[in-house]
Amino acid sequence: MSTTGHTTADRPSGRRPSAVDAGLNWLDDRLGVAKGGRVFMDKIFPDHWSFLLGEIALYSFVVLLATGVFLTLYFVPSTAQTVYHGVYKPLDGVKMSEAYASTVNISFAVRSGLVIRQMHHWAADVFIGSIAVHMCRIFFTGAFRKPRELNWIVGVSLLFLAIVNGFLGYSLPDDLISGTGIRIAYSILLSIPLVGSYLATFVFGGVFPGNGVIIPRFFILHVLVLPAIIAGLIGAHLFMLVRQKHTQFPGHGRTEDNVVGSPMFPTFMAKTTGFLFMVAGVLWALGGLAQINPIWQFGPYVPYKISYAVQPDWYMGWLDGALRIMPSWEFAGFGHTIPFEVFLPGVLFPGLTSILFIFWPFLEQKLTGDRAEHNLLDRPRDRPRRTAVGAAFLAFYFMLFCASSTDVLANFFQVSLNVVLWTFRFVVIVVPIIVGLFTYRICLDMTGAPRVGKRKRAVLIVRSATGEYTTVEAAPRPGDGHQELEPAPVPGFIQGPEDGEEREPGVRRVARRT
Amino acid sequence: MSDVTTEEHAGQPGGTEPLPLASFDDPHLQPLARHPKRAEAVTGIFLLIGLLGFAAYGATYWVGGQPQVEGIALGVGLFAFGFGLSAWGKYLLPQGPFVEKRHALRSTDGERAAMAAAVVERGGMVVKRRSFLGGVLGLGGAVMGVVLAFPLLRSLGPVPAKTFEVTNWKKGSRLVDNLGRPVHAADLEVGGALTVFPEGYTSEQDMAVDQTILIRVAGPDTNVVTEASRATWGPDGYLAFSKVCTHAGCPVGLYQHQTQQLLCPCHQSLFDVGQGRPATNVFGPAPRPLPQLPLYVDEEGYLRSQAGYDQPIGPGFWERTTT
Repeated sequence: MSTTGHTTADRPSGRRPSAVDAGLNWLDDRLGVAKGGRVFMDKIFPDHWSFLLGEIALYSFVVLLATGVFLTLYFVPSTAQTVYHGVYKPLDGVKMSEAYASTVNISFAVRSGLVIRQMHHWAADVFIGSIAVHMCRIFFTGAFRKPRELNWIVGVSLLFLAIVNGFLGYSLPDDLISGTGIRIAYSILLSIPLVGSYLATFVFGGVFPGNGVIIPRFFILHVLVLPAIIAGLIGAHLFMLVRQKHTQFPGHGRTEDNVVGSPMFPTFMAKTTGFLFMVAGVLWALGGLAQINPIWQFGPYVPYKISYAVQPDWYMGWLDGALRIMPSWEFAGFGHTIPFEVFLPGVLFPGLTSILFIFWPFLEQKLTGDRAEHNLLDRPRDRPRRTAVGAAFLAFYFMLFCASSTDVLANFFQVSLNVVLWTFRFVVIVVPIIVGLFTYRICLDMTGAPRVGKRKRAVLIVRSATGEYTTVEAAPRPGDGHQELEPAPVPGFIQGPEDGEEREPGVRRVARRT
Repeated sequence: MSDVTTEEHAGQPGGTEPLPLASFDDPHLQPLARHPKRAEAVTGIFLLIGLLGFAAYGATYWVGGQPQVEGIALGVGLFAFGFGLSAWGKYLLPQGPFVEKRHALRSTDGERAAMAAAVVERGGMVVKRRSFLGGVLGLGGAVMGVVLAFPLLRSLGPVPAKTFEVTNWKKGSRLVDNLGRPVHAADLEVGGALTVFPEGYTSEQDMAVDQTILIRVAGPDTNVVTEASRATWGPDGYLAFSKVCTHAGCPVGLYQHQTQQLLCPCHQSLFDVGQGRPATNVFGPAPRPLPQLPLYVDEEGYLRSQAGYDQPIGPGFWERTTT
């Protein structure tokens, strides 16, 4: 055995080798995993609630893969027409595509099928939502700064790929609502100057609805091509995270040159694996309890039919809102037409958005002249300008999102569509400006206040013998003044008590770390 | 820290970091929980709830399944199980704080120079004095890129040609409903609307392009004139417009009789129809009126089209010339 020659000097803890040692040594002889493996297990993860947001995205993706594989076992990606005679009686005898019929079957004829189908849909909504919130965290705390610009770009790419794949996914059931969405996507492709008509007929295999290829094409993109790219980029995202180590907020013992937190193994692993189950649990409960995309109520797609008061999934809302409030500025002349009323909100706007997002780190470097490496995070209030810009952008996209409900809002408030439309044309410009200015002001005020957000100590006003007044901080109140432990390296070896000796828990006095 | 001593890692060449050694009662290794026994109990309870949830889901599935019960059982089970595991990690496992050094990502100047040299000097040997080979290689790559685009792009579908301008409406096409029944001039009440197609074209592709909305805006004695050049297009109070919205191509499916307007439910474009109102786009993002189909009533009283549409239907595109 390869462990011969090891002495107790190699094991300062004095532990006797076990079967686990033998197994690990066997692996190490062949792959040399001991050093790298231990370094990986010793990896430090700083603790902060906002670091969970990316994990929600990651685990939603895991759920998406698992539920997605299940769905492919039953879904038929075909627009071939069939007449439904399944268990859902209201649709009995209705002509529909195989895609629609198989989705109805998953919902009613496959055991647990409805829960898993709805879970898949919820997981997609949560996936993109958590990416967006995670991205806000990265943005407002300045985590995208050098050396993490590349990872920011990968993250932005993931956001847009996820949105595209979400759209492809909810288009697959070929129901009346998603079919209309595909029709709009076709018109957006068509609107691109010069190449639009070619792109549209290539993608759809002819003039809309094409020759029946669009569902199979969306299917292979949705289940193979895009997930593979997304999975690869997530791998790159995590690789860079490990390579560059996690950012941390400033705090006791934390510097630009270290990471303070809990170790990968076992602490972080237990917490994060638990979190995976928690995310899966919430998504499963949503899938079982919260109805989403009940396609059997919408009916199969028929090109000349349409539904009323329909919104796309939330992550498409900003685009749909932009399409709705765009004025009808078609350019026609010189024998050509450029439908700006579709091209601008449908192609140019998302294109410019993605370019702006991707280049933000470099833009900020240019504007602030700050090209240094940063491993400590900013508090948003300490960077009023960035925070104000971010808040204004969020307000802008949120207003566009709300604009995708113009008809519903008009109905709900009993006002004319005209009023709602013009209101939105104004508020998408005015509200972001107001939000930006307010945020800037609030940030400035908060920067001025000392120790914001921490429990404040009493302040003593002291009068000196000469009559001079000074203020000093009072001593910490009982129970308030725990000294945080000095951060220590993860121990390679733990010197245990002798066998049979009763283990006594050590003393631990630690304040809550923020 | 007094409790941590260090020991050189045996068998490693000098320069590696010594591995720290900690005593089992080091405060860094102690649970965060103030009462570890209590934390252990709570963790155990959550893991047990998880176990029960899994069992409940299994039982529900076994007896035939029920979506809401499945959702509660496995949802609660997974969440409690995960919560227990997370609590175990947070309250019972070492929290440190532990510290790890960040090693500079930047390589040494020598390593950087060597890397650059490998690329420029060793890589330069590939093209230096081999500019002919390099040129052929580059050209080959470019040509390959172009020809690979043929199957990847061009095979996907036909070139558009004139297909965007053509519907199946012709001179004398009889109007039929979605079941193929011809539409008689007496069929619709005033205020009624019906989606019609040219007789003989029933495929989904045809219907997507040909869909036309037939509206009756007046009684049988009225000839509806939307504009002067369309004097005969609206016989017996009937008007017909392409149902494909000129904005994003949704079916313009709502006819409001009182205001005599067509509304597209997708993005709320509104079109005025009726006497002197040629589906003018009065509101919303639609850039153009809906094309109008000229109608006539044949000897048997059925509605027919005088001709096809005089312009491409639907949203705008680059090659579109008619405005």
